[in-house]
Amino acid sequence: MFNKSLILGGLAVFVLLVTTPFWYGLLKAGPPPTPEPPPNGASVCVAPVEYMRSSHMKLLDVWRDEVIREAKRETIVVNDPKLGTLEFGKGLQLACMDCHSNKEQFCDSCHEYVSARPDCWTCHMTPAEIASKEAL
Amino acid sequence: MIEKTLKGKPAYWIWLAILASVIAVGWACYFRQYVFGLGLTGMSRDVSWGLYISQFTFLVGVAAGGLMLVLPYYIHNYKEFGRITILGEFLAISALVMCLMFIMADLGQPLRGLNVIFYPTPYSMLFWDMCVLWGYLLLNLLCGWVILTSERKQVPPPKWIYFFVAISIPFAVSIHTVTAMLYCGLPGRHFWLSAIIAPRFLASAFAAGPSLILIACLIMRKYANFDAGETAMRKLTTIIMYAVIINTFFFLLEFFVGFYSEVPGHMHSLQYLFFGLEHHGEVYNNLVPFMWIATIFNFVGLGVFAYMKIAKVFDYRLVGFGSVLVFLALWADKGLGFVFAGFVPNPLEEVTEYYPTLNEIGITLGIWATGILLLTLLYKIAIGVEHEVEQ
Amino acid sequence: MNNKRRKFLKMAGATVLAGMGAPVLVKLHGTAQASADSEPAPAHAADSHGGGHGHGEEQNAGIRLGMVIDMRKFYDDEALLDEAIAACHLAHNVPDIDERKSEIKWIWKTGYGNAFPDHSHNRRSGSVENSAFPVLCNHCDNPSCVKACPTKATFVMEKNGIVSMDYHRCIGCRFCMAACPYGARSFNWQDPRPFITVYNPEFPGRNRGVVEKCNFCSERLGKGLEPACVEACAGTGAIVFGDLNDPESEISKVLHEEFTIQRRPAAGTRPSVFYIV
Repeated sequence: MFNKSLILGGLAVFVLLVTTPFWYGLLKAGPPPTPEPPPNGASVCVAPVEYMRSSHMKLLDVWRDEVIREAKRETIVVNDPKLGTLEFGKGLQLACMDCHSNKEQFCDSCHEYVSARPDCWTCHMTPAEIASKEAL
Repeated sequence: MIEKTLKGKPAYWIWLAILASVIAVGWACYFRQYVFGLGLTGMSRDVSWGLYISQFTFLVGVAAGGLMLVLPYYIHNYKEFGRITILGEFLAISALVMCLMFIMADLGQPLRGLNVIFYPTPYSMLFWDMCVLWGYLLLNLLCGWVILTSERKQVPPPKWIYFFVAISIPFAVSIHTVTAMLYCGLPGRHFWLSAIIAPRFLASAFAAGPSLILIACLIMRKYANFDAGETAMRKLTTIIMYAVIINTFFFLLEFFVGFYSEVPGHMHSLQYLFFGLEHHGEVYNNLVPFMWIATIFNFVGLGVFAYMKIAKVFDYRLVGFGSVLVFLALWADKGLGFVFAGFVPNPLEEVTEYYPTLNEIGITLGIWATGILLLTLLYKIAIGVEHEVEQ
Repeated sequence: MNNKRRKFLKMAGATVLAGMGAPVLVKLHGTAQASADSEPAPAHAADSHGGGHGHGEEQNAGIRLGMVIDMRKFYDDEALLDEAIAACHLAHNVPDIDERKSEIKWIWKTGYGNAFPDHSHNRRSGSVENSAFPVLCNHCDNPSCVKACPTKATFVMEKNGIVSMDYHRCIGCRFCMAACPYGARSFNWQDPRPFITVYNPEFPGRNRGVVEKCNFCSERLGKGLEPACVEACAGTGAIVFGDLNDPESEISKVLHEEFTIQRRPAAGTRPSVFYIV
């Protein structure tokens, strides 16, 4: 075989270059962020924390389709030890943002870490945005 | 065969460079539109489709027009079209690529385009249009490529390809029929709500497609040492002539229905196109000059072809002149008037005129340049193969 | 849905049997069945007004929400209409864009001739001639926009007949805008948010590139509230809202007693919004 070392060396450089994003990610990522707990002190969510962590987007999709496409708008009731009985409409603005009122500290911290760019907030509004306009 | 696109005279490269720079401008304009939204176009709440959809509609016709070469050659065994049938198939490919690009440019949420596949909706004509457009594109890619490859190897094409050639024929008719159905099935738009839209579309397609091929043949005769053959070109002028006559006849029928019945809804759009529509003391007529120029082009083009038949003369300059006039006339008919006038007046009998913006025209030109670039490359391959076989 | 399928099967069967004449037979049969099932609005079943009002034709079963707009209440009180429009646009975060090209409106004012081009003639009464008429999505029983949509982003809610929009799914092709015979749909030509001055936190906004329109206040109905425009006219009876298919509902009674017209009945879309003129 001709130029064995050159070919292998070139291949190694090539592989290294192609996988740069992974290396960059590994070096840059650092420890996973800890999302801010609800500022209002709520400790119970609409589903177990583990499920919400891994699958909140699926739940939001289910809610979305139920509310928009099937007019199933029944509320979700949660019994919180501190805040008592909480009742939510299904929806990002109606339920989630009620407790997790700080999008930057809660949603964005993880989404940025995993490079997820959901487009929820092109339509839905955070409490801060709502406050920025004249309130109804 | 792709390597044939890599060798050419300086003129070829200059031509590609000009097209590439127009494409670059198109992309820059599209980037602006992508960031801001479709508000950068001249479209409005009242005229909600503009240049993009009208170009799309016209180009579906150009794609379907390739049928006028495929049908005589494969079904009627008309050997004279042997050299140019591939040009029809490659024209269809470029036109369809432009169609799909125009659709993408027109979407408010282009990233969600695949929703049409994720949530297939058989009662929507747009869903079927997507199916037949993609189907026809793939069929032409397959047939064109396989047949050209066999020609290069100088062997008869494999038998199975004729099955796909055969189904591409009804597909060609269906792409323009379904595109017409996008319009003629809408209850509130009188100008479009006409059973003659699909036949009219096909008639104009069978003139516009072949006239573009004739223009390309004349250019390649001069610059690329490719002769389509006088008999084939004569036959194409006959096809174009009859298609133009039928299209004109259909259009005049629309006039009769509108202006003899005097049902207001059936007259408004035609009035707007040809005479200007008066509404609350104001006259709206921004398309009138285009439509009359197109009418003149249509009849002069028809006259040129008819003269050649009657006087039994054949002149390449006359062929080129007639083809250009017919192509431009049909472009104005379908690529401008048909879509824009359907929105005038709006369902509340208000009039909003549509003027495309510079940004929108930039994107439109960019897409046309992309199609022409693709056409150039494909024709370069086709001619390269023919030259190779001849040697 | 079932009804539609039944209709289709009937039509298909009859067409095979009777050829071209079949659709007429089916239509007559449909009318007969409608009255046999004691459908509401018998007052209009024999209406001979040209253009074929939707009442006599076969229609979808189940709840079908509709609206009667009593123009007599608005003729001398345009301010009431303005309030209804403002309430709607406020409730749904509809941006206030002043430019005709890009404006977004769910319910708005127009002239009689614009709202009812099929009913217009030049011998109108003074009140009709000089008053503003509210127009909005008609939540048709046979909506042409729903047929046009290639992604089912606009669809008929089976539960209540509301023609809904799924803004998450809309690709912005604007086929529905071409298909709607009422000009009820608006497109977000740009990001609407800078044009919203007051936010209703209970309802989302829209992003650019999607089509939007009146939703008959689905979100308020879910909470047991009336539509915002109806609420704004509370006590005047200017807008009556309810189930058209329930013979006991207030709206059915009003439709039974009063002569009403619909916008562009000849389009065959069977609108659910009626006007007392």
